[in-house]
Amino acid sequence: MGKKIGITGNEAIANAMRIANPDVCGAFPITPATEIMQRFCTFVSNGEVKTETVLAESEHSAMSACIGASAAGGRVATATAAQGLALMWEMLFIASGLRLPIVMGVANRALSAPLNIHGDHSDGMGARDCGWIHLYCEDAQEGYDNMLQAFRIGEHKDLRLPVMVGIDGFITSHSIQTAEYLDDDVARKFVGEYQQTLPALLDIKNPVSMGALILTDYYHEYRKAHEQVMMRVFKVVEDIGKEFEKISGRPYGLFESYRLEDAEVAIVVMSSAAGTTKEVVDEYRAKGIKAGLLKPRLYRPFPYTQIAEALKHVKAIAVLDRADCWGGSYGPLFTDITGALYGLDKKPVLINKIYGLGGRDYMPDQAEYTFNELIDLAKGGKVKAVKEYIGVRE
Amino acid sequence: MATPLNLKELSKKEELFTPGHRLCAGCGAPIVAKMVVMAAEHPLVMTNATGCLEVSTCISENTAWKMPWIHSAFENAGATIGGIEAMYRSLKKQGKIKEDIKFIAWGGDGGTYDIGLQALSGVMERGQDVLYVCYDNGAYMNTGIQRSSATPLGADTTTCPAGSVVQGKPQGRKDLAKIIAAHQGTYVAQASPSNWQDLMKKVRKALDHKGPSFMNIIAPCNRGWRTQLNDAILMSRLAVDTCYWPLFEIQDNITTITYKPKEKKPLVDFLKPQGRFKHLFAPGNEAILKQAQDDVDAYWERLLKEEACFAK
Repeated sequence: MGKKIGITGNEAIANAMRIANPDVCGAFPITPATEIMQRFCTFVSNGEVKTETVLAESEHSAMSACIGASAAGGRVATATAAQGLALMWEMLFIASGLRLPIVMGVANRALSAPLNIHGDHSDGMGARDCGWIHLYCEDAQEGYDNMLQAFRIGEHKDLRLPVMVGIDGFITSHSIQTAEYLDDDVARKFVGEYQQTLPALLDIKNPVSMGALILTDYYHEYRKAHEQVMMRVFKVVEDIGKEFEKISGRPYGLFESYRLEDAEVAIVVMSSAAGTTKEVVDEYRAKGIKAGLLKPRLYRPFPYTQIAEALKHVKAIAVLDRADCWGGSYGPLFTDITGALYGLDKKPVLINKIYGLGGRDYMPDQAEYTFNELIDLAKGGKVKAVKEYIGVRE
Repeated sequence: MATPLNLKELSKKEELFTPGHRLCAGCGAPIVAKMVVMAAEHPLVMTNATGCLEVSTCISENTAWKMPWIHSAFENAGATIGGIEAMYRSLKKQGKIKEDIKFIAWGGDGGTYDIGLQALSGVMERGQDVLYVCYDNGAYMNTGIQRSSATPLGADTTTCPAGSVVQGKPQGRKDLAKIIAAHQGTYVAQASPSNWQDLMKKVRKALDHKGPSFMNIIAPCNRGWRTQLNDAILMSRLAVDTCYWPLFEIQDNITTITYKPKEKKPLVDFLKPQGRFKHLFAPGNEAILKQAQDDVDAYWERLLKEEACFAK
């Protein structure tokens, strides 16, 4: 059996990387993800993993080295956050376009300016359309579990796609939480050995050219192929989630529904804020209010159909975004949820709250404020503002 | 045993960089690429920064490379080859690879002197066992002849065109070879396709060197230089014989000049056949020509002193 321990989210991610035992890690330090690679490099220095590190001079080079290493043929992992993810942005498209199953832990953090090292989802949301698989975690436990599953998902022969696993910067990356590690042997058996499915660069007997110039003749078809492979992700994520549940007792699907089955009002929120919201759901349920929660786990590709099915009976829904798309638009998660629900004949009332930017605490009173508004809307109240910043200093 | 560096023996080697690519007629880059590949005696894995050589050699389902090759982006050939070499070390250590493989990164001067300098410095500083080859044609030729930090003084380019006020590029070239030589444990060489045996010897030395190597190879571009299509080798020879492009190597901080022209030709012999310097020969621009000659002389004199300093 596994053992219960107190760990930070970064430790959890680093420990899952130790289990996966990548052949190469290319990395560059950045707060709040630095600790992931620090801890991992201790495993390297102590011979607990076989990994060769490329301690690069920037995140752009770190991801470029990961791309070279993955194309060469082997398991590759890294970690980053915020400005680092932004600097990698160009290379994220190239990693996915070349179909390289690189796994990356991300301690989600605000983007400059102003400079802020604390948690929000601006970095991950900026990278949401780069062709990667995105998994978001509520706590350190999910960080460990998702990171282990990420290697299986990305390296799956039907996918061969890069995966990023997001934990909330500082809130999850640095706070010590109770979690349970699997026995190393069980975890290693689950992750398995890296399998090369096509000739890699180091297969000198079968030389391949990768990264060709492809113009108007076939670029469009390549992009369509990427869309098609992304649509295969759902089944793989669900299958691997079920397999993981068998060894851990912890269920993983495309998203988590919490007291949602008969809910009349619901909050959709990702990552650590889901934990706080669940407490408030319980509090409102105790008062006889049918409150519920949906927490996306697989954010890209986005399970539009499945989420619509899970939310269709709810009367009023608030989508909480820890990032914004400025200029009169709505938060990124909100536009995904509205897109998911658009096809329903009877649509729930939808509002969008922007919360917790730059590490601003998300407190139970913000969830209560939101649920109170939803209760009014569910009774036929009028929407005062579709989008609102909450937790703002006056 | 290594193939002797003579044409008879080299002509028997299989061409791993093959004809049919789409580089311009008379381009110096594929001549350089062919020489580098032919010099190698080990299996090679290559990466290519975005640029002329890259866009013209691997298009849709056609590739000119009969060896593993990857292009990912413009500024990262140093980092990409570093990742490949790290995977090789990892798999070799684990016993999953038996062969001895060598690793080469290609970049033009824009991808090397400018946007790729940081990634290049990174892989050199980490001491990775790779060879980075810069084919230097002195401007961003692929995007249409814009100035780079390798563009020589006074050259007319599309972003510093010779006009009534500005007479081409106001600055001289960055001394990249010396910058890379400042990284510990490197082998650095400058070469020219005109002196092909010297070039190929340096490639072999670089690939045998345990650690990072860098070669800067002049690759005339008739589009950007505005020269005759059949003048690539002639122009690279004039670059060497005027000492505009000295042939030397630096290892363990020791400079060795590998070719000294019997008679150092005046720089104008190199500049005059090139349309990009035409305006410098108009009245009033004598000072720029003098400055260009003075710069070449000073650099050559310093190289001679550096070599003498370490002479045994």
